[in-house]
Amino acid sequence: MHNPQDPAVSLQPLLALENLKKYYPVRKGIINHTVDHVKAVDGVDLTIYPGETLGLVGESGSGKSTIAKLIVGLETPTEGRILFDGQDISRLSPREMIRLRSELQIVFQDPYSSLNPRKRVGDLLAEPLKVHRIVPAKDISREVDRLLELVGLPKNSRNRYPHEFSGGQRQRIGIARALSLKPRLIVCDEPVSALDVSIQAQILNLLKELQRELGLTYLFIAHGLGAVKYVSDRIAVMYSGRIVETGKVNEIFREPKHEYTRTLLDASPIADPRQRDKRRAFHSH
Amino acid sequence: MNLIKRYFAGRSEAQEEKLAWPEGEENSRTLFWRRFKRHKLAVAGLVVIGILTLCAIFAPFITAYKPTTVTDSFGAAPSLQHWLGTDQVGRDQLSRLIYAARVSLAVGLGSIVISAVIGTVLGLISGYFGGWIDSIIMRLTDIFMSFPYIMLILVVASIVGPGLTNIILILGVLGWPGVARLVRGNVLSVKESDYVKAGRVLGFGSVRIIFSHILPNVVAPILVYATSGVAGAILDEAALSFLGLGVQPPTPSWGNMLASAQSLTVLTSQPWLWVPPGVMIILIVLSINFVGDALRDALDPKNNK
Repeated sequence: MHNPQDPAVSLQPLLALENLKKYYPVRKGIINHTVDHVKAVDGVDLTIYPGETLGLVGESGSGKSTIAKLIVGLETPTEGRILFDGQDISRLSPREMIRLRSELQIVFQDPYSSLNPRKRVGDLLAEPLKVHRIVPAKDISREVDRLLELVGLPKNSRNRYPHEFSGGQRQRIGIARALSLKPRLIVCDEPVSALDVSIQAQILNLLKELQRELGLTYLFIAHGLGAVKYVSDRIAVMYSGRIVETGKVNEIFREPKHEYTRTLLDASPIADPRQRDKRRAFHSH
Repeated sequence: MNLIKRYFAGRSEAQEEKLAWPEGEENSRTLFWRRFKRHKLAVAGLVVIGILTLCAIFAPFITAYKPTTVTDSFGAAPSLQHWLGTDQVGRDQLSRLIYAARVSLAVGLGSIVISAVIGTVLGLISGYFGGWIDSIIMRLTDIFMSFPYIMLILVVASIVGPGLTNIILILGVLGWPGVARLVRGNVLSVKESDYVKAGRVLGFGSVRIIFSHILPNVVAPILVYATSGVAGAILDEAALSFLGLGVQPPTPSWGNMLASAQSLTVLTSQPWLWVPPGVMIILIVLSINFVGDALRDALDPKNNK
């Protein structure tokens, strides 16, 4: 068992991005010729070690969500490699990709749009189990119960539709679905930004707890430093398609090296919750 | 760090989420009915359609005569024996009217099922895969939609020959482009949703994503469109039969019963021959369109009242 506080002792990174680039063409005119590129991700190097949580911070449009999509295969990179366990997964055939699916999963930002409104929770969780034959058919029901329990939802949730749950509960369902394939790496794409502050803490605690119990590795994406500080071991700061600074949480907060990181720190809300609560209460009335 | 931890810990204890569902919560079906029932005309329409369907199914048990039986009175006005009179050959008009409901309903439902199936499958494929597949299917719909509809039906009907089955097939095969367009548009928006992306990340195949994840989310607009399609098909059949290219005598259809009104004597002196089938066509088309409107409102996900 390695020490997640000190990822440097792990020998091999679980995930490594090497000079990763994703350009979106800007097309114009009737012949649809490419006039320019939007450089969403422009040469990113990043390593994530087994068992750690890497926080990826950056403003909207900095390319952090594109990185999430590239890692889970929703987009193909323009250039560069994505090494998972030493193997380049960025240009796999669909068949090979399907085998890898169970290793890499994602939790989406918006729990309202990430669950199919026409499916019961039980079916949402059972489907990946069936498709990938994670457990024998007769054990699927028991496995669904186990997943629900794992994320702190009652068993009778399985007969309910997503719209019957609150945002936080929906995000728990999303996490359970990601866990169903027993992945090693979970990309959390702003998993709490759509939730109430009080609920955010519960989801973050759940993620930490699951990491402890299941030995998961997280890439935790957020646009602010608040939640990232709480869950991450290391933080990478992203700005207009590039990583501008990487370091342990304390280092980044104590002595930010890059200008943009300092701006980000300044933009963070007041650290003392009592002060912040007072201000919020004042403004809301 | 400790401060933050204490902060979060305190919060999570204080505001533990409640996991209780209210007992009398409305499920989606009762909600649907509540919204549907607000349209009084649609409820009436549903009743009319129900009665007509029952009449069509049980036609042999509720009619006094067979639709092809020639009785001893010719072109007689309505009487106790023949409530709606008889036609020039002496057949009971009411019996023919009831049997004709079978034709109209069969054409309406049969053709729309064919167009909906073709249109839905092509629309799903077109919208989901995009690219050149999309271009080909969409240009195909353009071609189909740019033909003058009734002319095309007339030409095809004269080539393959008239008759009930042919009418259903022709209307069905020509009616899909509208459905395909509609489905494609909806697929384009649904496929960008996170739950479809989640399906791809979970390693589901395209077929599973298209039919198990996308299709259930585009059924509502298809249903609304199909409802108005039924009315359209019934009108088309009536028009074709009126022109003699639809259902052939002696099989009764409201359209070919109306054809008798082509004669001036019938039009002026024997209104019982053409008024009832005309009224039936208006009645069923109106009913279906009212139901379609109510469906549109009741199935609208943005409407939460």
